[in-house]
Amino acid sequence: MFSFLFRRMLVLIPTYIGITLIAFAFIHVIPGDPILVMAGERGLPPEKYAELMHAFGFDQPLWKQYLDYVGQLLQGNFGVSFVTGRPVLDEFFELFPATVELAFFALFFALLIGIPAGIIAAVKRGTFFDHSLMTISLTGFSMPLFWWALLLIVFFSGYLGWTPVSGRMSALYFFETPTGFMLIDSLLSGEEGAFKSAVMHLILPAVALGTIPMATFARQSRSAMLETLNEDFIKTARAKGLSPFRVTIVHAFRNALIPIVTVIGLSVGVLLGGAILTETIFSWPGIGKWMVDSIFRRDYPVVQGGLILIATIVIIVNLIVDVLYGIIDPRIRRQGH
Amino acid sequence: MKKSILAAAVLAGGMIMSGQVLAAKTLVYCSEGSPEGFDAALFTSGTSFDASANTMFDGLVNFKTGTTEVLPGVAESWSVSEDGKELTFKLRAGVKFHSTKNFTPTRDLNADDVIFSFNRQMDKEDPYFKLVNGKFPYFNAMDMAKLIVDIVRVDDMTVKFVLDHPEAPIVSNMAMAFASIQSAEYAAQLHKAGKETDLNQKPVGTGPFKFVGYKKDSVIRYAKNDAYWGEKPAIDNLVFSITTDASVRFQKMKAGECHVMPYPNPADIAEIRKTDGISVMQQEGLNVGYLAYNTEKENFKDVKVRKALNYAINKEAIKQVVFDGEATIAKNPIPPTIWSYDESTVDDSYDVEKAKALLKEAGLENGFKTNIWAMPVQRPYNPDAKKMAELIQADWAKVGVEAEIVTFEWGEYLKRSKAGEHDTVLLGWTGDNGDPDNFLRVLLGCKSKINGTNRARWCNEDFEKELQAALLSTDPAVRTKAYKNAQKIFKEQAPWATIAHSTVFMPISDKVTGYKIDPLGGHFFHNVDLK
Repeated sequence: MFSFLFRRMLVLIPTYIGITLIAFAFIHVIPGDPILVMAGERGLPPEKYAELMHAFGFDQPLWKQYLDYVGQLLQGNFGVSFVTGRPVLDEFFELFPATVELAFFALFFALLIGIPAGIIAAVKRGTFFDHSLMTISLTGFSMPLFWWALLLIVFFSGYLGWTPVSGRMSALYFFETPTGFMLIDSLLSGEEGAFKSAVMHLILPAVALGTIPMATFARQSRSAMLETLNEDFIKTARAKGLSPFRVTIVHAFRNALIPIVTVIGLSVGVLLGGAILTETIFSWPGIGKWMVDSIFRRDYPVVQGGLILIATIVIIVNLIVDVLYGIIDPRIRRQGH
Repeated sequence: MKKSILAAAVLAGGMIMSGQVLAAKTLVYCSEGSPEGFDAALFTSGTSFDASANTMFDGLVNFKTGTTEVLPGVAESWSVSEDGKELTFKLRAGVKFHSTKNFTPTRDLNADDVIFSFNRQMDKEDPYFKLVNGKFPYFNAMDMAKLIVDIVRVDDMTVKFVLDHPEAPIVSNMAMAFASIQSAEYAAQLHKAGKETDLNQKPVGTGPFKFVGYKKDSVIRYAKNDAYWGEKPAIDNLVFSITTDASVRFQKMKAGECHVMPYPNPADIAEIRKTDGISVMQQEGLNVGYLAYNTEKENFKDVKVRKALNYAINKEAIKQVVFDGEATIAKNPIPPTIWSYDESTVDDSYDVEKAKALLKEAGLENGFKTNIWAMPVQRPYNPDAKKMAELIQADWAKVGVEAEIVTFEWGEYLKRSKAGEHDTVLLGWTGDNGDPDNFLRVLLGCKSKINGTNRARWCNEDFEKELQAALLSTDPAVRTKAYKNAQKIFKEQAPWATIAHSTVFMPISDKVTGYKIDPLGGHFFHNVDLK
């Protein structure tokens, strides 16, 4: 297991060189510089412009700016936002819990509905349930997130009035948020009704963000289950007279888990990507919205640092998934030796 | 045991708090974005000004809400010397800075605070200058460092600004966000603790509301300043609920989650008007959208060509298509809400035959090829520059002028148009201080040709003379006359096609009273009450 992890870690070195290069190149190839964008129609006297270009190091050749940046990164310094003047890491950790909370519940929703639906569809293959489920999941998969989120708001918040429109907490409450996770902080605050408000605010964005992964999970678990259900050992299990439930869950599902876990791991990237749109629409103060704003403002340190941090999260999650494979399927672990 | 007592105390405290909060008057404003920070001198966006200067700070002078009239702020009076080069402010006694979680003022506002607030933007040795590498965009754009030669502390409560040259709009400039008065005592305390960035993140001002807390991209909370020197706000709490999507803001209004929202989608206005409990306030914006002819390019050196193309543009069609009919067609380079606006100007009406005749006189009866630059972004003065460019392109085609539409990324667009690479360019301006100088000199003055904000690259001696006359005088009658003359010259010379002044809309709950639309585009809540 350790050599398995070690080899995984080694691969990270070229990965990170690639990520920093892409993160750096990406924002620098977009035309327009932050000083001009900030000055807007008003502009700046030329000598002041030159002074600022120098102060921020933009007059240096790009390769030198890149090396300086990587040098700073190696010392753990992600730089300071041009716009707010705050360290990138501080901003990231202030906003990240909101994204995690949202992504976690979106994933929870997707798993809770997606996997059982997929299993049932596989077992009842070819029935009306199977066909309608697959149609619904295809719709869910193809739906533009932006439109879907607005539709949810208009119906559930506007028309029915069941859920709040956007944000994380009612404007009536204002308390310290030591953990950044609103569900926890609202409990800690002791404010009556705050926890309920946090839950109600979480429902729509979690459903909106969880819809695409849910559809993916449903389809993936259906096809993985179908494959295993046709295997000889399932026939054997049935022939032994085991109950259909035991055959499906213990024998078939366990073997179908590998492709499902892979999709779950990959969906973390999808969730973080989808969070950009979801957070924008629901005014959810997470890193997705932060990145979008920063790209428009050409806030180089935030965009670069943000990309690297998000990539790190995706890498970590996939690393965990790889370890999980080993737990689920001992054969993979053994190949590692 | 100790822990549980503590927990119980916290819990009880929390409950009392929430009880208070519920009983108090809380106004929720669904703002359109996160502020970049709370030190207005560092930024140029209205979003940041609303969150800082417009709620928590005062200037030496302030604008009267809903107007561009200048009223005393923390200065109770001011005087200008004979030669216009000395400006003396007498400060108000008993003005208190906010007491917040991390600062308790030991003294009232005095001359040191005023001097600090300006010095930090121009003194290269000041730690707060160094902190941001001198990135004070407004102060820089207005070239204040050149204008202000010295700031003299006459006595505790008197400050004198010594200017390089007389500049009439200087008093109005002092009401702008970048000139907000900061506490020198707080700044010194932060400097000592090595926490200079807190000046921007944990603001302390003298204004009607004080800072309670900010959750990035989510909410800003303010409380009424009970020690305010002016009329105290009627509401106890002010909440900015940050909601970037305009449709979502409207949904929040409908659900009663906020009382006021800015910048509705133009397409939603009709529906908002129909919604129970919400009305839509509106006013002409303090802005102008224009098409500038690059008067240094061969074809546009001739005033006849510029006039001809003005006659060829159907502005009424633009108003209907681009602005959904909700705008005022512009005939002058300044909006009608600004003093000295020349009512008597006759606009270049849509007249294809006249346009053709003028082109013939200019020897261009066979037309010519040119380009129209269209901005890639929505701005208050132009919600859809590409559509506008297409309409103008079609209009000009009728008189034989073949125009290609060009666009770039926003920063690049500003940079290249500043350098004069365009033939004609669509752009606009939103006023900062309600002074005509802020439009005419910034956008059409000879010096702005060098700075680049004069996109027509037009420099007319007679026009310049009028601007100078107005700049040097503090007599409103003299200034008005000079600006009216300047508008006449502008119209004859046609460096621009003036297009439109857009309308500002403000959906507002019927529970709110006393709200006024600010012609300068800010959002102010200290005169507002809830029914």
